[in-house]
Amino acid sequence: MVHISEIGQIFREEYGRSVAVLVRVLGSIDAAEDAVQDAFTEAVARWPDAGLPPSPAGWIIITARNRGIDRLRREATGREKLAQSALLNGDLHGELHGDQAEAIEVDTVEDNQLRLIFTCCHPALNRAAQVALTLKLLGGLSTAEIAHAFLVPEPTMAQRLVRAKGKIRDAHIPYRVPSGAELPERLKSVLAVVYLVFNEGYAASSGAGLVREDLCREAIRLGRLIMELMPDEPEAKGLLALMLLLDSRRAARTTPDGGLVLLADQDRSLWNKDLIAEGQLLVRQCLKRNQPGPYQLQAAINAVHSSASKPADTDWRQILALYGQLLALEPTPVVALNRAVALAEVEGPAAGLAAVELLELGNYYLFHAVRADLLRRLGRNDEAIAAYRAAQERTGNDAERAFLDARTQALTTIPRGPATPTSDGPHGR
Amino acid sequence: MSRYLLSIYQPDGPIPEPEILNKVMADLDVLNQEMRDAGAWVFTGGLHPASTATVVRVNDGEVLTTDGPFAEAKEHVGGLWVIEAPDLDVALEWGRKAAQATTLPIEVRPFAGYRE
Repeated sequence: MVHISEIGQIFREEYGRSVAVLVRVLGSIDAAEDAVQDAFTEAVARWPDAGLPPSPAGWIIITARNRGIDRLRREATGREKLAQSALLNGDLHGELHGDQAEAIEVDTVEDNQLRLIFTCCHPALNRAAQVALTLKLLGGLSTAEIAHAFLVPEPTMAQRLVRAKGKIRDAHIPYRVPSGAELPERLKSVLAVVYLVFNEGYAASSGAGLVREDLCREAIRLGRLIMELMPDEPEAKGLLALMLLLDSRRAARTTPDGGLVLLADQDRSLWNKDLIAEGQLLVRQCLKRNQPGPYQLQAAINAVHSSASKPADTDWRQILALYGQLLALEPTPVVALNRAVALAEVEGPAAGLAAVELLELGNYYLFHAVRADLLRRLGRNDEAIAAYRAAQERTGNDAERAFLDARTQALTTIPRGPATPTSDGPHGR
Repeated sequence: MSRYLLSIYQPDGPIPEPEILNKVMADLDVLNQEMRDAGAWVFTGGLHPASTATVVRVNDGEVLTTDGPFAEAKEHVGGLWVIEAPDLDVALEWGRKAAQATTLPIEVRPFAGYRE
């Protein structure tokens, strides 16, 4: 007896793969999504009695494909589109059965997924639209789930998706993997979308929870997919490593009541050893290739943190050197701020503070938080309290605000050990 | 093939110095030839300044004519191309070349109901 929730789960898992293949066959994203929906309706009617088919994934693609072709045949414009897409793909447009369809499709599912990622993250679409489309079409998240994750009303998110899909259709944004010279820029955009999803999950910019696990999980799944599809791209590997290493600290990063725990204060026995091992392995593979990029360097920095069993064992010199490299590739004030944190650990808080004071980051809460921490360590408590307040005014995240509050309170009691929030967290880009 | 409108967004104000303008005109000749050779070229034309524009409206059968462009802005469409391209990536590549030749922003927009 197959339960309906199980069917929903299977469809969610297979959604991205199915839609990717069907866009290719049916020539449009809307037609592909409708076809998968039709297949879901049919599965709900059949599977509870008939049981699961031998390959649910194959069943979904074949059923959706046949229903999609039926739909297109019913519409005059659809027949045209179908002829077009079949022509375009050099494909058969008859009804396909079992083995025949599978033989054609099995080796192209991954290619189609890769095409779909690049379409969703096309530079002609704005970043918010890229993120929403990627989560919807590749992640199989519902519009409601995406709206909830990004704290926008569901109709707003629905509108955003409709607009983006309309632009893909009307402006003919191609469904293909960009070639040689364009690839690096286009891949950057894809990786940025995935990392943005992860960041939104890892350090939610507003709202009550500090971590939205589902977004982290989805970003890691996408990161894994891209790495598997593009094994020769070291930055794809670097991004996955970075996300795994950050995610390995999830359990240690918050208190049971949702408060923020700094890297230096975390119970390192709570770190996920498997994720660390996988992340560090990927970092080593990246080092071997010796084509460093921003994600690989951030992953390497986090790998150094992960190999210290206690904070005092941290190899700050190595971290400082890695931030130096990162700053050369990405000369942004945020990277410079992180480097200043490492500098403070190697050369002392006065050197760190001197580097921080040079930065124009007055609107960034971490700038004030780092400054506050360094001032505190230098015994300049009044200035530190003022800086913590400045940081507090600039974060929308409740957990971060509570943390900063506790830090301000602590200054009136006993000073605590060296720690700054920047040592554990994705670095703003 | 799809059709795309490439609009040149030109700041209002005096025409650039001759040496700048001559370079732009020469680059545009090269680009137009390249578009023709590639079979992408459908139409192109430059416009007189937006101050020469007139807007006509009909409200309840009554004609209202106003002097000047429809939208108040510091930049207006100063010229355009109509091109054919298989997809947006190809159209954007022509847009990039047009932006380089004109030294101005180019808006790339698909025509509705044209697909050959």
